[in-house]
Amino acid sequence: MKTYYSPTHEYIKVDGNIGYIGISDYAQHALGNVVYVDMPEVGDDIEAGEDFGAIESVKAASDLIAPVSGAVVEINEHLIDNPRLVNEDAMANWIIKVELTDPAQLDDLMDEEAYKQLCEKEKH
Amino acid sequence: MNREFYGKLIFELSRPGRSGFCITDNHLPAVEDALPATVLRQQPLELPEVDEPTVVRHYTNMSNNNFGVDTGFYPLGSCTMKYNPKINEEVASHRSFQNLHPDTPAEAVQGALKMYYDLQRALSEIGGMAEFTLNPYAGAHGELTGLMVIRAYHASRGDDGRVKVIVPDSAHGTNPASAAVAGLQIVEVKSRPDGTVDVDDLRPLLDDTVAAVMMTNPNTLGIFEKNIPEIARLVHEAGALLYYDGANLNPMLGVARPGDMGFDVMHINLHKTFSTPHGGGGPGAGPVGVRKGLEQFLPSPKVVKNEDGSFSLVTGEESLGKISSHLGNFGVEMRALAYILSLGKENLSKVGPLATLSANYIKESLKDKYLLPIEGVCKHEFVFDGLIDKSTGVTTLNIAKRLLDYGYHAPTIYFPLLFHESLMIEPTETESVDTLDAFIEVMRKIADEAVTDPEMVKTAPHNTPVARPDDTEAALHPIVKYERI
Amino acid sequence: MTHRYLPHTPADIDRMLARCGVSRLEDLYSDVPEELLFKGEYDLPSEMSERRVRDFFNELGSANRQLVCFAGNGFYDHDTPAAVSSIISRSEFLTAYTPYQPEISQGTLQYIFEYQTMMCRLTGLDVSNASMYDGTTATAEAMMMAVAHARKRNRVLVSATMRQGVTDVVATYARYHGVTIDIIPEKEGITDREALATMLAEGNVAGVIVAQRNRYGIIEDYTGYAELCKGAKALLIMNCIASDLAVLKTPAEWGADVAVGDAQSLGMPLSFGGPYLGFICCTNALIRKLPGRIVGQTKDSEGRRVFVLTLQAREQHIRREKATSNICSNQGLMALFVTVYLSLTGAEGLRRINAQGTNGAHYLARQLTSTGKVVLTYPDRPFLNEFCITTTAPAAEIIRVAMQQGILAGVALDEHRMTVAVTELQSKEDMDRLTEIVKAL
Repeated sequence: MKTYYSPTHEYIKVDGNIGYIGISDYAQHALGNVVYVDMPEVGDDIEAGEDFGAIESVKAASDLIAPVSGAVVEINEHLIDNPRLVNEDAMANWIIKVELTDPAQLDDLMDEEAYKQLCEKEKH
Repeated sequence: MNREFYGKLIFELSRPGRSGFCITDNHLPAVEDALPATVLRQQPLELPEVDEPTVVRHYTNMSNNNFGVDTGFYPLGSCTMKYNPKINEEVASHRSFQNLHPDTPAEAVQGALKMYYDLQRALSEIGGMAEFTLNPYAGAHGELTGLMVIRAYHASRGDDGRVKVIVPDSAHGTNPASAAVAGLQIVEVKSRPDGTVDVDDLRPLLDDTVAAVMMTNPNTLGIFEKNIPEIARLVHEAGALLYYDGANLNPMLGVARPGDMGFDVMHINLHKTFSTPHGGGGPGAGPVGVRKGLEQFLPSPKVVKNEDGSFSLVTGEESLGKISSHLGNFGVEMRALAYILSLGKENLSKVGPLATLSANYIKESLKDKYLLPIEGVCKHEFVFDGLIDKSTGVTTLNIAKRLLDYGYHAPTIYFPLLFHESLMIEPTETESVDTLDAFIEVMRKIADEAVTDPEMVKTAPHNTPVARPDDTEAALHPIVKYERI
Repeated sequence: MTHRYLPHTPADIDRMLARCGVSRLEDLYSDVPEELLFKGEYDLPSEMSERRVRDFFNELGSANRQLVCFAGNGFYDHDTPAAVSSIISRSEFLTAYTPYQPEISQGTLQYIFEYQTMMCRLTGLDVSNASMYDGTTATAEAMMMAVAHARKRNRVLVSATMRQGVTDVVATYARYHGVTIDIIPEKEGITDREALATMLAEGNVAGVIVAQRNRYGIIEDYTGYAELCKGAKALLIMNCIASDLAVLKTPAEWGADVAVGDAQSLGMPLSFGGPYLGFICCTNALIRKLPGRIVGQTKDSEGRRVFVLTLQAREQHIRREKATSNICSNQGLMALFVTVYLSLTGAEGLRRINAQGTNGAHYLARQLTSTGKVVLTYPDRPFLNEFCITTTAPAAEIIRVAMQQGILAGVALDEHRMTVAVTELQSKEDMDRLTEIVKAL
């Protein structure tokens, strides 16, 4: 599986035309203790660049921006009872699983290396 | 205080059969079958059963766990925690106002209508506006009402494409939130390092899709927007209106009027500038003023003065409609008028300069210990970006909590978002220089403690009724009501 | 002598100016453009002593008529226990702000937690916020909740039996918020259920707002409404008068998703329209769509039960334009009012207040109709302490004549209909007097 990143700190791990979307380790760290993940419903369509949910810590909240367009085929139900899994391992605990409608959109995203550079830059 | 016994919830003091209540029997025949069984409550209602002495002691003890302006210095930035005069409370509890039903015909409530009218006129004079409505219940409600006025104005001209509001990124969170409720899109304009709006950044955003620009002046960093005449000109040239967030009006009393600065619409927080008590978060009042030419759009009803000196309620044809059930938080309005009369024109004019003097005095007395990101005179409030010495790891949150140990309310923290360690201090004009000196001494002491005993500061507070609560647990597993275990 | 609220002596001012490195107060405003400075004097009265302020308000007060109050229309003339007035005037409560620092705000936080519990018990629902401005704006907030919850549907239905004041405010918010309000017609004084079913079937409905009691004082039977709404994925929102909930089937028992209303009926002075208190309660499923402050229970670092503001990520200071609402207030002091009031009355006291009002209203309705000058508008509909009459003389005329004799007879709905309400405060003699006035018309 190859992993891509968006400038708003979402990742998508891609396996064929299926993608697993979550927030990066850098993003979970910036947010602090996650207390709630607002997720779409299975069957909802998501649109690249549009928000598909939100993630909340005690004193911050951030929209979840779709890195690609697609249809939600599964949501990570473990996050309903235990949203802190995102803090424990953001890369393993994806938020939604989608079927991509336009895999070419992946070309607009960053790879691991480019994303690392972005995070370095934001730290300063 | 013995928290074991007095720290209970009222529900835990309940004993079957007790009551704290009495009623005068009207000796009328009991109606047993007024309602069919289908509409009657099924689950029995459980409320506390408590005698009056127990109720009074319970809430009196709870009040001892609270901190108000009457308890001590409350330098909460942007909230203008000035003294709440006692005469205000006395007049607001006047029975000849408290007993008035809001649907009473105007001829029987002439005194109440005159009260509304007099306050409306006084605020118009102070704001430099043509007319005020007192109907909005709070500052945010006033913002919403003001934006509705602006939309009604554009609509009346058939100018329907104006769907955006420009808000500086240093604005209070209510500005964008109110714009969203009013159905407008928000465009943020980045502020300069001192929080003021850069005219060159604003200019390209102004086009025929902009309904209004919302400004707070002085802004949330306590800095006066000197370019306001230029901004007003540009906004008006673009066909938009300029909105004044009155949250920071206090330092302008006696100095400058929003109407004269070129603002078209404004709100005032009576619980800030006009001394009405904050009540633990409300009730407030958020009167909205407009310049000449916009009066007809104000919400209904309005109080008007007739030629014979009497007062009537009217609903205007172009009015945006009703935004509250009647004439706003009338009891709060009475307190504000009492304050204006108590001060009079001479002393109202001193409020702004003295509030500004107090803020500058604290700022100058602490800037060798706390990081002052913006040099120069501030207005009623200013922001430190934490301690100058960052090596101790002591944060703004730690300083705020340590202040509680010394018997002070904390300043506003982590707002505005322009700095990482914002500590926003607003002393108001009702604090004596002795109070300010004592506060300055404590702030300096905390700065020293941060060096000598950083752990102690980081684990503060140590002397408050309770220690630091676990916020994360509260949000992860919300318990929002009492349930017997 | 300094002014009593402004403690700065000339010597203090000089010392402070010196610290600031300037010589005059005006120098602190050197950044304000000259042409903006207010150079005149406010056109306002001169400073008044306390005695003069008191005289001023006494004089205004004497221009208000003190009337025996049979007016209702959502706001009722109930008694306020002395202990409530005493507690809410404690300045530790009165002069505090929103409890941002929980370590020194447990008083405010705890009474809000108690308030939330009481509102949940009254409405039967899972969650209450820390209060809203009033019943009209609380209903408007519920309308926005429904639209936010439905995401794409933006039509909300409001029953024609809703009090006009509520519908007016909801309509204003809706117009600007981009929500379509359609009115469900009424039939013989109650919501037309068949019409509602048809309107739901047309689609695009996010919420349905009904009134219990309604604008005529009638208690409606909402059996089946929850199922109808659920079928259309619309939220059922019930606007209530708080004191009624001691005896009426609760919004939760009707299957409502959201309950809203005004809590003025819980002993709050009428105060010519405010301050009152709005309430809003909902099911657990909607908790993150709830506007305003919410207080939650947690533990402090020493393991003690404490209270904090919680779920703040919904709110304007964090979410800005994406917040559930722009509301920043909680109506703290009025929430304390309700909490103390309900602690004193208990459930039994509240039931007795309801019973006295009901007994009075049914007595007065019989007396008034016996005059032959008025009839009950909907004689077969059940009511508690408020009813609607159809009058032969214009309603405004009845109100005018009664007022001359010290009685506020009710609230006119239109030319020949008015509502009349009775609480524990009006005596049989007052009712008989009103009856005589109507008889003599």
